[in-house]
Amino acid sequence: MDASLSWIKAYVPDLNASDQEILDALTLSGTKGEGFHRLDKNLEKIVVGQIEKIEQHPDADKLVICQVNIGSEKVQIVTGAKNMKEKDKVPVVLDGGRVAGGHDGSPNPEEGIKIKAGKLRGVESFGMMCSIEEMGSSKDFYPNAPEDGLYIFPEDTEVGADAVEVLGLHDTVFEFEVTSNRVDCYSILGIAREAAATFKLPFKAPEVKVEETAEKASDYISVEIKDKDLCSRYCARVATDIKVGPSPEWMQRRLASCGVRPINNIVDITNYVMLEYGQPMHAFDLSTIAGNKIVVKRAKDGEKFVTLDGQERTLDSEVVMICDGEKEVAIGGIMGGENSMITENAKTVLFEAATFNGPNIRKSAKRVGLRTDASGFFEKGLDPNNAEDAINRACQLVNELGCGKVVSGMVEEKSPIKELNRIKFEPERINKLLGTDIDKQTMLDIFKREELVYDEATNEIVIPSFRQDLVGFCDIAEEVARFYGYDKIPTTLPKNAPTTGKLTFKMTVEKTAREVAQFCGFSQAYGYSFESPKVFDKLLLPEDAPERKAIKISNPLGEDFSIMRTIPLNVILSSLGTNYKRRNKDVRLYEIANIYVAKELPLAELPDERSQFVLGFYGDGDFFSMKGVVEEFLGQIGMAADLEYDAKAGKPFLHPGRQANVLYKGNVIGYLGEVHPEVQETYGIGQRTYIAVLDLPAIIPYASYSRVYTGIAKFPAVTRDISMVVPVDVTAGDIEKMIKQRGGKKLEKLELFDIYEGSQIEKGFKSMAYSLAFRDKEKTLADDEVNAAMKKILNGLESMNISLRS
Amino acid sequence: MIKEQLDKIRESALKQIGETDGLDMLNDIRVNFLGKKGELTSILKSMKDVAPEDRPKVGQMVNEVREEIEKSLEETKTRMEKAVREAKLASETIDVTLPSKKNNVGHRHPNTITLEDVENIFIGMGYEVAEGPEVEKDYYNFEALNIPADHPAKDEQDTFYINGDFLLRTQTSSTQVHEMEKGKLPIKMIAPGRVFRADEVDATHSPSFHQIEGLVIDKDITFADLKGTLAEFAKEIFGDDVKVKFRPHHFPFTEPSAEMDVSCFKCGGKGCRFCKGEGWIEILGCGMVHPHVLEMSGIDPNEYTGFAFGLGLERIAVLKYEIDDMRLLYENDIRFLEQF
Repeated sequence: MDASLSWIKAYVPDLNASDQEILDALTLSGTKGEGFHRLDKNLEKIVVGQIEKIEQHPDADKLVICQVNIGSEKVQIVTGAKNMKEKDKVPVVLDGGRVAGGHDGSPNPEEGIKIKAGKLRGVESFGMMCSIEEMGSSKDFYPNAPEDGLYIFPEDTEVGADAVEVLGLHDTVFEFEVTSNRVDCYSILGIAREAAATFKLPFKAPEVKVEETAEKASDYISVEIKDKDLCSRYCARVATDIKVGPSPEWMQRRLASCGVRPINNIVDITNYVMLEYGQPMHAFDLSTIAGNKIVVKRAKDGEKFVTLDGQERTLDSEVVMICDGEKEVAIGGIMGGENSMITENAKTVLFEAATFNGPNIRKSAKRVGLRTDASGFFEKGLDPNNAEDAINRACQLVNELGCGKVVSGMVEEKSPIKELNRIKFEPERINKLLGTDIDKQTMLDIFKREELVYDEATNEIVIPSFRQDLVGFCDIAEEVARFYGYDKIPTTLPKNAPTTGKLTFKMTVEKTAREVAQFCGFSQAYGYSFESPKVFDKLLLPEDAPERKAIKISNPLGEDFSIMRTIPLNVILSSLGTNYKRRNKDVRLYEIANIYVAKELPLAELPDERSQFVLGFYGDGDFFSMKGVVEEFLGQIGMAADLEYDAKAGKPFLHPGRQANVLYKGNVIGYLGEVHPEVQETYGIGQRTYIAVLDLPAIIPYASYSRVYTGIAKFPAVTRDISMVVPVDVTAGDIEKMIKQRGGKKLEKLELFDIYEGSQIEKGFKSMAYSLAFRDKEKTLADDEVNAAMKKILNGLESMNISLRS
Repeated sequence: MIKEQLDKIRESALKQIGETDGLDMLNDIRVNFLGKKGELTSILKSMKDVAPEDRPKVGQMVNEVREEIEKSLEETKTRMEKAVREAKLASETIDVTLPSKKNNVGHRHPNTITLEDVENIFIGMGYEVAEGPEVEKDYYNFEALNIPADHPAKDEQDTFYINGDFLLRTQTSSTQVHEMEKGKLPIKMIAPGRVFRADEVDATHSPSFHQIEGLVIDKDITFADLKGTLAEFAKEIFGDDVKVKFRPHHFPFTEPSAEMDVSCFKCGGKGCRFCKGEGWIEILGCGMVHPHVLEMSGIDPNEYTGFAFGLGLERIAVLKYEIDDMRLLYENDIRFLEQF
């Protein structure tokens, strides 16, 4: 919301603070200032001068020499401008003065441009005559300025006067961020009211008086609202003898200061009132309104309508239309129609100020694809009382501008207007909520400055209708707090009983995962939760893979972000690919994030959000390095024992011979493997890549940080090495399982120390060597006990078709 | 006679010791003089020829000589060992500026570092850490937070929807409701988590980012308590010198509401490119929990009050580490991650 200081001061005449003070004070009372722009920034020593004589420059075709009267003296100025003639009055920057910028409209330099006397092609020039752009403004603010060339003042301008003053540029435009609850502050009056309350100054609302003719508006127009749910009030007034023309400069400038382009006096009046009151208005050429009536009703589905910007719009039955006796003339709250717009020839004007259903306007504007200044106001939900004030103000401006005659009376239809809200005044409760000790009178003073009325008889605060945000006790407490000053409220800590802070167990396990990953050289990656359905193809998942049953976002940012991930690999593989492309060597990454598993689709209950610990690397290392990381993590959370690996993991995105499910006590808790070369290529990784995925919800129930010290063995261990020839399809896992089973309780350790496959060994076999350690914690182990265990093991080996190497 | 012999032995021994240049030679000297067949020992052996009354005196003289030789041997040995060790150390000198052998420890993501910093501060103040679902029911994300169906805030936040009932949460505030519904009071929790908004990816926006929500509900919780708690937090995370400023703001689920700015921790408040010359940086939104929100979750607003706050994790990380493009946080380039 932009507001110029001069406009605010029209209603708070005593406001005398500096621009910065105004910005800061309003920010601290709740109207956040985003900044301000001084219109006279860098404008120094600029006066109104009259050109008395223009002569051609002797040595330059494009330059002329002007003798300029600046009141106190006459100066010679050389210029390249063309649009002036003798007797014209123009802004003149004197020697040592400053202008805001160049005349080409490029961004103005921070310090402006200093002007010095000097010679132009050998002819002395004592200053510069300027364009409106050099004055830091634009044709939008000053529509009478030429497209290109010097700004020329009206003939009656005083020579030698301060040109900045004459142009009304001693002003500041503030930019405020208004919160969505403060509908009333999307208006100059609203901002002025806040400024008055903030600085404890009187607020002077405009005094609205309309001079009316003897004619009656009801003879010109009738109003009927058919769909009252979409329009709660429709006010209409009529002005005759309209003379369409430009609006006065002060009005044009105020519109432009809020970023609204002046058009003509009638349209400008409606826009002016919109900015001033926060109530959009519309003006129809009454001669285009058939049947002397206005009907407010829903559009028909698929109906077409041409708005005043010449575009054809498609409507539906949720869009509210303003119609006359025959046809549609405007899309209610959004934009008028081309068929009824004000043209130069308009003689009689119908003003409209209405109150539309906010949410309906918001949705309609979206569907119709037309968000306008007006719809932006209406969608916030406006105060129906404001419509009447605004339309009267518009009629007053018609009087003041002398551009027409206002017909007596307002024609309207409305739903009953809500009674004013009343809120019980509870000063102790306010203090208790704020932690303050503000006395009752201070609170009442605050309310008074805000135009909230205290009804002593009922001990209630009566809320004016423009403050729709004040509903209950806590809203009143905030009013007290913000005008008392948030900075004056004490700073304390809760005085309640102390509590213990902690992470959840799940978070603790995730923290362990992060620590282990980092110790093992993996850096943490972050990714998005949504991805492209193409990921499934990239990972070679078959058409019927359950992972393809992903939750779809109905309004995604694009197909690449359209489904919630059901498989966590894409982030790590894509990131590894990015790193590989950037020639980063030996990259190790991990991520802990959710996958989203729907119980059924379409979604009828919350999906299962499963936290996944995903690791991936390329470069230094192999399958067994990754397996080591997995075991390191599981070891840290007390799950080192009872781990198994099942090579039949069936993951299509992994190397068929180098993948395994990780099982704990027989349950699958994750998988690891080498990425399938095709997938690796798809992701642009030029080296063998290994990944591991651990499904934390499957792990957490077994995780434990409790440990019991078992004592360091006092008696020596007996070790036996076995070297054997093993059929290739027998896995180390199979052998170890058997040895553990048959080795008995005394088998303490089992370690593979050699594995070989090659020319020395018969084809179809491999050589493996294990070292076994037996120990009894109570006594020195006798040889025959070990021998007995070894015999069982050797029998087991034999049954697996394994022979000892001689 | 024996005295002369002893003087001679002593002189000879000390001379030999003094001339020695190796530890092994020292041992030879020991054996030659003090060993079983050594010169001094042989004198002792000849004691039988000494008159009995002189024996103690002679014995004492022999011992004195022995002690003197032993002492000299010991001193020389210590000195020589030290010299040998020093020579060895000198020969082992390395160029300490040669490159280190890396352990290649991985790195935490700046988001996580920031998250852990925040968690530690609040855990220290007695807050539990909670989590809520990322795919959420419309009710928890909006309605229960005083954002009814037609509320403009629903549009402002550009929500990703799954269907009419389910969406990707736009704020961790939804976790407040889950905690309140558990019915266990008082509540003192923070809830970090991932949130989603339909913003196109650019240097300052991401459709997926993280927030940390805070909620305290008990009897007699005041706005002053909110100010105090967050001022304490700001000091912990940005340093003791940081100043805080609370500005009135609007959130549908808190009233009164505020935004908290901290004095720019880069320039100390003078104004720089980080604070865009303002000297202040907006850090978080907060306020007293709206009575309607308490009521909807089954808490009596006449008995209990509370405060809530929410801050953006990435926002703090980006400011703290001077990261000029948010996309870096999601690209996972190792050269970026290695800097943390």
